[in-house]
Amino acid sequence: MFYRENGQFKTTYRSDLQIFPIAQDRIGVLLLLAFAFIAVPLMADEYTFRAILIPFLILSLAALGLNILVGYCGQVSLGTGAFMAVGAYAAYNFLVRIEGMPLLVAILMGGVCATGVGVLFGIPSLRIKGLYLAVATLAAQFFVDWTFLRISWFTNNSSSGSVSVSNLHVFGLPIESPLQRYMLCLGFVAVFALLAKNLVRSAIGREWMAIRDMDVAAAVIGIRPMYAKLTAFAVSSFIVGVAGALWAFVYLGSWEPAAFSIDRSFQLLFMVIIGGLGSIMGSFFGAAFIVVLPIFLNQALPALGSLVGVVISTALVAHVELMIFGALIVWFLIVEPHGLAKLWSIGKQKLRLWPFPH
Amino acid sequence: MGFFLEATLGGLMTGMLYSLVALGFVLIYKASGVFNFAQGAMVLFAALAMARFSEWFPQLLGLDSKVLGNLLAMAGAMLLMVAVAWLIERLVLGKLVNQEGITLLMATLGITYFLDGFGQTLFGSEIYKIDIGLPKDPIFLLQGMFEGGVLVNKEDLYAAVIAASLVISLSLFFQYTSTGRALRAVADDHQAAQSIGIPLSRIWVIVWSVAGFVALVAGMIWGSKLGVQFSLSLVALKALPVVILGGLTSVPGAIIGGLIIGVGEKLSEVFLGPALGGGIEIWFGYVLVLLVLLVRPQGLFGEKIIDRV
Repeated sequence: MFYRENGQFKTTYRSDLQIFPIAQDRIGVLLLLAFAFIAVPLMADEYTFRAILIPFLILSLAALGLNILVGYCGQVSLGTGAFMAVGAYAAYNFLVRIEGMPLLVAILMGGVCATGVGVLFGIPSLRIKGLYLAVATLAAQFFVDWTFLRISWFTNNSSSGSVSVSNLHVFGLPIESPLQRYMLCLGFVAVFALLAKNLVRSAIGREWMAIRDMDVAAAVIGIRPMYAKLTAFAVSSFIVGVAGALWAFVYLGSWEPAAFSIDRSFQLLFMVIIGGLGSIMGSFFGAAFIVVLPIFLNQALPALGSLVGVVISTALVAHVELMIFGALIVWFLIVEPHGLAKLWSIGKQKLRLWPFPH
Repeated sequence: MGFFLEATLGGLMTGMLYSLVALGFVLIYKASGVFNFAQGAMVLFAALAMARFSEWFPQLLGLDSKVLGNLLAMAGAMLLMVAVAWLIERLVLGKLVNQEGITLLMATLGITYFLDGFGQTLFGSEIYKIDIGLPKDPIFLLQGMFEGGVLVNKEDLYAAVIAASLVISLSLFFQYTSTGRALRAVADDHQAAQSIGIPLSRIWVIVWSVAGFVALVAGMIWGSKLGVQFSLSLVALKALPVVILGGLTSVPGAIIGGLIIGVGEKLSEVFLGPALGGGIEIWFGYVLVLLVLLVRPQGLFGEKIIDRV
């Protein structure tokens, strides 16, 4: 009844090309932004910021980056953790080694370094496809892990590879309390989501999708596979690198290479698949699901156990959590292989006809 | 020279064990087009079952003989792996027919998490021993030719022999039995195989059971070498470059790939490691694979990939 585009005529090319063509969508996005920027800071407590909102925002940013590569360009990557690590450690080095380096610039420079590494490890994608490529990107994962563990220059000569940052400032404002951290992440996420949304509907985005759907055919109609694939790797690893820097600086504070291990790569890939391949919105759904699920299980299982009268040990909780997590992922893939974003778009379609379906 | 030989031999032995895990990947990929990431979790699960059963069964039945206990445990673990194979076919793969490769890969990752959690819930998460009576003492070969001879671990030698015989018997099984022929038919073309009356779902259960058996053997050997613990499931990550190097569709490729990576890893660690700061065997296999794939995108022995519009 309310979600309907009847009567919204597009009279100029500009209005035809705008990013949210339906007025209700525009209002919805604005409301969502207002909610995130104004209402959430008023309502959420410290624990919610620390445990849920900040990791959710940063990981959705990383998932967004990965989604550009996997969902839009069709190049499966298992090396996301490595690109996050490059972003984090590069930003750290810029911040520590250059006197008076602004935090924002350092984070963005971390993204730039990740771009370089991403393009380097993206070069094989010109020859290798599918599963072979997925395994080849694992080379990036293991090589980068090793680099930050063994070459002490990158970690400012700390022997264990563990580094930390403190006294973060943006434009003279300290980034200390959870609320300030949240706002910083939210700013990054909002800007990058908007950029990504625009990018995937531009010429380069359509080239990526053509490559994804059938790369030989795309090459035949004049799309340069090298350009398209390498730009996808570049854009994706830039966003992932920035997310990595945020993860290290804002969420962790002090970290070591293990924070960006292969598990992180798998986790991000899960987010992208469960959220929906080739959907910006889906990255957020996937991140929310994967971040909240373990927390929920962690809280619910002991409570459930005490309800039945069984005391569940912490180790058992961890194992049962793994089991339920794995089973849920399989179940999800069976029930909705196209991810939560598909459910979202089905819902929107239904809403258009509601309450008078054909 | 003696040192070089020793490193090479050690690498060959490790490589044989990698091939054993890689074999499980190749079998399943050939028959069902699924890149089974859960192979490592299956190794861990089988090894856990084996370790615990060999402890429980003699206690339950009051047996004294270790050989009998081990055999019973192995049979029990094998039954369990067949059950796992059947459940995976029933609950997961059967429902995901015609999905894309990446979705199937993710599903096997889900299975990995599930099996890791399930195995440790069922069997506990301490470090267990598997004692199948492999001798542990080292022997010296070629003492006449080099000073001090070449040191070889007897356990590794037995393991390599077991792995090699397993590979040979599997190739014979694939080549000469009617089930093996059906498996190859399914590998070549699902639809054609189905149209001449080969039951796909039963073939899948068989393949996953065979992969389970391979996982059990690999788990027993690795487990008796390193102890059964969670890190065993990470063996899969060592076997991945082996599979890709040999080519996803080639059984001999898995063997030769394993040997190449085993030897390369050991030699590079010994001769390049000190210069680079050590620990390079973590990534050596992967970087080697990356370089090989740039020249041969389908791996050394894989079927040539032909793209058509």
